[in-house]
Amino acid sequence: MTVRLMQGNEACVEGALKAGMKFYAGYPITPSTEIAEISALELPKVGGKFIQMEDEIGGMATIIGASVAGLKSMTATSGPGFSLKQENIGYAIIAEIPCVIVNVQRVGPSTGLPTSPAQGDIMQARWGTHGDHSIIALYPNSVKEIYEITVRAFNLAEKYRTPVILLLDEIIGHMREKIDIDDNSKIEIIDRKKPSCPPEKYLAYAVREGEIVPSMASFGEGYRYHITGLVHKETGFPTGNENVAEELVNRLTSKIENNVDDIVTYDEYLLEDADIAIVAFGATSRSAKKAINDLRAEGYKVGMFRPITIWPSPEKQLLELSKNVKRIIVVEMNSGQYFLEVDRIAGKNTLVEKYGKINGDIIKPEEIEAIVKEGHNA
Amino acid sequence: MERVEFRLSGSGGQGLITGGIILAEAAIIDGLNAVQSQSYGPEARGGASKSEVIIDKAEIDYPKVNKCDVLLSLTQVSCDKYLKDLRSGGILIIDESIELPERQDIKVYRVPIINIAVTKLNKPMVANIVALGIINVITNIVSNESLEKAVLTRVPKGTEDLNKAALTEGFKLLD
Repeated sequence: MTVRLMQGNEACVEGALKAGMKFYAGYPITPSTEIAEISALELPKVGGKFIQMEDEIGGMATIIGASVAGLKSMTATSGPGFSLKQENIGYAIIAEIPCVIVNVQRVGPSTGLPTSPAQGDIMQARWGTHGDHSIIALYPNSVKEIYEITVRAFNLAEKYRTPVILLLDEIIGHMREKIDIDDNSKIEIIDRKKPSCPPEKYLAYAVREGEIVPSMASFGEGYRYHITGLVHKETGFPTGNENVAEELVNRLTSKIENNVDDIVTYDEYLLEDADIAIVAFGATSRSAKKAINDLRAEGYKVGMFRPITIWPSPEKQLLELSKNVKRIIVVEMNSGQYFLEVDRIAGKNTLVEKYGKINGDIIKPEEIEAIVKEGHNA
Repeated sequence: MERVEFRLSGSGGQGLITGGIILAEAAIIDGLNAVQSQSYGPEARGGASKSEVIIDKAEIDYPKVNKCDVLLSLTQVSCDKYLKDLRSGGILIIDESIELPERQDIKVYRVPIINIAVTKLNKPMVANIVALGIINVITNIVSNESLEKAVLTRVPKGTEDLNKAALTEGFKLLD
């Protein structure tokens, strides 16, 4: 057992390496830069490769290519770079190429407030790339959880053959805290399924009976197939056929939406007897926990629901929560992005309120306490 | 032990972020919880730089320092900037080059941190380690052994003796 002080961004790289990351491409941007730096140092030691690309678009394109060649791949960025990556994220979605994109959020739009924390990319993570699609986005709240959730991001990318977005924020990315890195023998590692048929029988985009996604051959292994951002047939070659188009887009969405129970994870804190629930994630959930402890000491029955899987949203759990509490307050460092989703799900059963902040400052526990008390006396 | 919040401030390049990391690591060696964070201006050198460390026996939820219990300032600029965030009854440790502030509600230690680093150790860059020594003498937050261990693991190879000497000078600063 080795207990260490570790930075969030460092834990992300450690988790990625644990998951089997062998390739990183990107363009450094604060507050994500340590992820690139540490990947550059560590990947050669495990036979992996690091490339600093000419820009964020190139970084995203390159991890897609590396993943097609069979390597578990990751890139990391912040707001401005996340915007640039969106087109290629769409490509990875339609071509079903597993990869992990880390976004250590800072204040935007554009270069915004370098490099103060924000949680303003919740909706961009969901709808940043165009067209109908589903997405997996995860958001840990501690250094230890960054390590674990990074492993999970890779696992989900491999299992569902899809890009997975790992959301962090400047606070948890740059923060250092205690982690026990060796206590990970139980961690499951998932690898993409490879085809078992001979190369001449391989249909790159055919889903075998009982499986969720097509098996994936790596380029260079003798399996020849076509990859495109166009709507394609099972062979991978493009088609304009309406039925194929509808079927493909539906399959890409439903492989995620039909498996929310597998994908969704969350944390509940003191909700058993609560009549007020705070919904918070990332750094804000740590402020919320402190606020809840202080409010509990004053007799308020308040608890927290913390989605770790942001997308697909924990719809079932939020719906259940809405039946058990009188108020839900969504607290986030933006002007109400996840509130929209929580209100959509829970708003018909209970009062859903928002508290946001967009000036680069962390939401303090006192602010959350004030909001809870204010509404309570009203 | 209750939550104790430290802010180490000075100018960029004085090693205060490293100092904060070392203090947090020493706390972890002692079996405590610690969170370290930092902020600095765009300048790599100069400007006001701060490093924050929270140490607690219990789990640390809120990871930021609002009103610190202990403030270290190695420059006048950083002292002027952060003094208002030192809570009433808190401890201020300043270099002797800094003017004594007018606040009556805090305990002030004005000590020759930079001068010791320059004249006794001939290396101004170990002022951060001297500062860690004096911080621990005053607050007794971690064991001296853990602090020394944390210093020696974090400093560049080949500078162990120098940094050990700097820490010892810090320990002696109040004598």
